[in-house]
Amino acid sequence: MTNKVWVYIDQFKGAPNPASWEALGLAKTIAAPMNSGVTAVVLGSGMDAVVQKAFANGADSVMVCDDATLTDYRVEPYAAVFTKMVSEGKPEIVFGATSTRGRDIFSASAADLNTGVIVDATEVVSQDGALVATRPVYAGKLLSKVVCKERRPQMILLRPRAFPAPVETVGKSGEVIKVAAVLDENSIVTKVAEYIVEEGQVSVDSAAVIVSGGRGVNGPEGFEPISKLAAVLGGAVGASRAAVDAGWIPYVHQVGQTGKVVSPDLYIAVGISGAVQHQAGMRTAKVIVAINKDAEAPIFNLAKYGVVGDLFQIVPALTEEFKKRLGK
Amino acid sequence: MNIVACVKQTPDSAAKLQVENNHVSWGDSPLIVNPWDEYAVEESLLLREKFGGKSVAISMGPESAMEALKTCLAVGCDETYLISDPVLKGSDVSSTAYTLAKAIGKIGDVDLALFGRQAIDGDTGLTSSQVARYLGWTLLTYVIKIVEIDPVAKTIKVERMMEEGRQVCTAKLPAVVSVVKGINEPRYPSFMGIRKAAKATIPVWKAADLGLEPSKVGAAGAAVTWMDIYPLPVKETKVEIIQGSSPEEIAAKLADKIMAEKVI
Repeated sequence: MTNKVWVYIDQFKGAPNPASWEALGLAKTIAAPMNSGVTAVVLGSGMDAVVQKAFANGADSVMVCDDATLTDYRVEPYAAVFTKMVSEGKPEIVFGATSTRGRDIFSASAADLNTGVIVDATEVVSQDGALVATRPVYAGKLLSKVVCKERRPQMILLRPRAFPAPVETVGKSGEVIKVAAVLDENSIVTKVAEYIVEEGQVSVDSAAVIVSGGRGVNGPEGFEPISKLAAVLGGAVGASRAAVDAGWIPYVHQVGQTGKVVSPDLYIAVGISGAVQHQAGMRTAKVIVAINKDAEAPIFNLAKYGVVGDLFQIVPALTEEFKKRLGK
Repeated sequence: MNIVACVKQTPDSAAKLQVENNHVSWGDSPLIVNPWDEYAVEESLLLREKFGGKSVAISMGPESAMEALKTCLAVGCDETYLISDPVLKGSDVSSTAYTLAKAIGKIGDVDLALFGRQAIDGDTGLTSSQVARYLGWTLLTYVIKIVEIDPVAKTIKVERMMEEGRQVCTAKLPAVVSVVKGINEPRYPSFMGIRKAAKATIPVWKAADLGLEPSKVGAAGAAVTWMDIYPLPVKETKVEIIQGSSPEEIAAKLADKIMAEKVI
């Protein structure tokens, strides 16, 4: 049996995007008053563990396409089977996590299905038979409320870390619906040659803790103390545009309007003045700490805790302090 | 090789925005080419310089968007077209994508349609993928490097930036490609370019010129509607400055505060 509310589970090489479970949590609360369960959609190859995880996170049934053509993420085979599943299963609502893949698949399938996509939702409420989503626009300076009133399904991607993750119940299970792939390898024009991945790095996208460096770190070697602090805290290394443009650190680390938008529990801004474009990428962090030698830096208007001083003294001292406290 | 860069005119990223009756305004702040789209325009110029053909910039928007296209001419685009019609007002992602796909079709013989990854006003980042779908072309998003193009075999190799790292893939042309920062360094307009652009007359395409179905464009064709737009509620944060006689003391006090927040 398929349900009225579906959740697309984003995964990369078998590792689920944790924001997918947040979507599953929201889906449960939206589905309950509709007297519906929640169907999780899993696409990939070797997906048994992901399917189990979906049940553990609250899925009532799982629809899975487990196929060799889905080993590497490519929009053509993923969107093709997703479109087919949705057009046949006719859900009212499909949730997912905002990610590079989520945007691809949802927008491509929405075009196939002649419906709309809402992306980066930070709040979703049911109102007059449709879901009203709140989402930041204009780099987070404004909020908009948007709705897909008439067309179905309503396809909504949630901003990572904007919704609580459900508590896992290990050992839960339910109906698994297997679906065959739509495209065969010969009809897929995109071929993946390889991946270039920075080893051992935590990505800023879903990190709970981010330590970011800016102009004040003074050079590529200035990111060493920052990386050490991030490592002790199990967090990711972020950067301001100034540091990226100076070539001190690759672009994947950039937080801000022309970089990533992040929402960690803890954001430590080191040597970052906090221009409005940087704020656009991190202002929704739960706790913001600023370390800067300039007491007038705008970042202090946003921060909860601030240290006015030399980052090259404060950051290593903080790293040592957390090593002691966290037993590392 | 013919390349189309799709650009949007947006308020400047530093503009102070005001909202009144669900209408956003930005005072004296200038309107600019969406910063992400500058990378798309630059890439179209680089590819034209390498392979020949033409670089065409198109924009959908009000008459004022002509200025964004003049900027594209000033940096070196060969042709520009403005898609502007009162019936397009109220377009969402799907009606915009439908309109742009029709415009790209009208230009004809296009190998590559380039987009910035998203526009800094609506911030959806969905339009390029829908354009690809409407055209039936290959879609490659978040491209940080075009590694190679074979204009004869009609193949392309790119590096895509995903959350986990770069995905290197090959695909077939024609393709819709959305680009991210880092792919190139957009050039500044030359003096000659600015003069040329100032004198240029930019053709305007109306809905009828593109053969658009009225039910699919503007507010009528929009799947997603904006009910409300308002400024971000001001978060009252007063920073607590941590002080101490040594870095170690400051670090210990700050660590206390952070631990008490239960965020680690």
